[in-house]
Amino acid sequence: MLSYASKRVLIGIATMLAASIVVFAVLEVVPGDPARLMLGMNATEDAVRALQEQMGLNQPLLVRYFHWLGGLLTGNLGRSYTYAVPVIDLITERIAVSLPLALISLALSTTIALPVGLFSASRRGTISDTATMGAAQIGVAIPNFWFALLLVYIFAVTLRLVPAGGFPGWSAGMWPALKSLILPSIALALPQAAILARVTRSALLDVLGEDYIRTARAKGLTRRSVLYRHALRNALIPILTILGLQFAFLLAGTIIIENVFYLPGLGRLVFQAITQRDLIVVEGVVMLLVATVILINLLVDLSYAVVDPRLRGRT
Amino acid sequence: MSVPAEWQQNLAKAFSNRSFLIGLIITGLIALTAVLSFVWTPYAVGTLDIAGKLKPPSEAHWLGTDHYGRDILSMIMVGSRNSIAVALVSVVIGIAVGVPLGLWAAARGGLIDEILMRFNDLVFAFPALLSAVMITAVFGPGAVNAIIAIGIFNIPVFARVARGAALVLWPREYILAARASGKGALRITVEHILPNMANLLIVQATIQFSLGILAEAGLSYVGLGSQPPMPSWGRMLFEAQTMISLAPHMALFPGLAIVVTVLGLNLLGDGLRDVLDPRLRRDR
Repeated sequence: MLSYASKRVLIGIATMLAASIVVFAVLEVVPGDPARLMLGMNATEDAVRALQEQMGLNQPLLVRYFHWLGGLLTGNLGRSYTYAVPVIDLITERIAVSLPLALISLALSTTIALPVGLFSASRRGTISDTATMGAAQIGVAIPNFWFALLLVYIFAVTLRLVPAGGFPGWSAGMWPALKSLILPSIALALPQAAILARVTRSALLDVLGEDYIRTARAKGLTRRSVLYRHALRNALIPILTILGLQFAFLLAGTIIIENVFYLPGLGRLVFQAITQRDLIVVEGVVMLLVATVILINLLVDLSYAVVDPRLRGRT
Repeated sequence: MSVPAEWQQNLAKAFSNRSFLIGLIITGLIALTAVLSFVWTPYAVGTLDIAGKLKPPSEAHWLGTDHYGRDILSMIMVGSRNSIAVALVSVVIGIAVGVPLGLWAAARGGLIDEILMRFNDLVFAFPALLSAVMITAVFGPGAVNAIIAIGIFNIPVFARVARGAALVLWPREYILAARASGKGALRITVEHILPNMANLLIVQATIQFSLGILAEAGLSYVGLGSQPPMPSWGRMLFEAQTMISLAPHMALFPGLAIVVTVLGLNLLGDGLRDVLDPRLRRDR
């Protein structure tokens, strides 16, 4: 267990380091001088040079990378060029929208997909199986932002049940804030639920074909208890893999969905930062999202060992 | 050689597979529409008709008109070229770079394999949308940058498939025989490994193609994909958003075009998998 876990953790750290180099390098080649951008067109050469000095822009590339990396590790992501506040403050403010959105969507898609997958697998080959999987096939093909538009048209424009967009902030109270996240999280969750339901069904069917399932049935266990106690547990590895991938997708998906619903989350922040050439903000947000993806994948890898004891001995 | 017989058998299996047939018909129709749009569309997509704007579907405009009075059917037809081109080229990039990398890792093993797999982990840490955001921040938005972003994401996918399949094939007896007869790793890979994994690659290409259509639509929706005046399904949806209460048809049809195309490709992929790769049958 320990060797498997420590190898995974080491790989996770190495990937994180490599990712930081990629992010830093890509955004370093961007044309335009941040100091000049901050001061505007009318700034004097001296003022620009002074600010460059202050921001450390005239230091060698490697020095700046390690400076930035050191900052990352201590939670100091630099100051936004346009907002003139620490990037970490901007991120904490916006993450209060994006993280709940991603988590609600994940919870929603799992609650829908697992029962649907179980239902379909236990009725394999019947009309209800074909119908559910047909619906899932269509669900997989639906782009979440288009689904979002349809939801807005039906529930906000026509029925006027929920707001079409915007976010009142958590200070406005739990319910108004949650209410404005309902449509976005449904839009994000349903297409993901369709994928997860298909994976759950096929993982279960794979397991249900194994010998030990026949043995369990032969020793007199009911279909139900075989399905829940033996099949589901063994089908968890592929399901967990997809769940981990989905969280990454959901986080990235919030970038688009936040634009549909005008939610002030990380996605909107990144887009505003790009148009304003506020690259230090882009760097910070991208790095945060990438780190989250790597961390989630690490957790998924480690959870394999919990679910499947055979993996513990492996390195 | 038993190859032609095998293909005949596969063909017979394919045409009795429902998923494959429906998928093939849908995909074929979409491809035909894209080709047709080069020579004929109901209206020219550049023609503005402000007096006839936001009209719901009618006999003159089957899918209605947009906020500039442009014919939505014509725009969807021309937009299909953009979706197909971006997704197709991204798949080609994924195959052209990913497959040789995967084959190389499988043939050499050891350190090279390890480095390659860690490189895969790295690329997987950047969801396609996120790399698109970074690429746009540097080079500005456009169809080519969308292709690069989606293509980069496809590379590790194909590398993994190729490596996995090659690792299964290397210990086979006919490969041993080829090695014993003095063939080198490169020659064995080209002559024996690659042809034997073609099926898997075809199936994966179909899947990545459909994901590429979805990704392209998402990127053009947020303004990172192809730029005006070239019509694209994603941007049509973006433009429809502000008009949703006045002209819901503007949002309905481009979205349906995406769903139908992706559905067709997914069905085709499922069907191909059933036919070409019995080990991976989805309805076991």
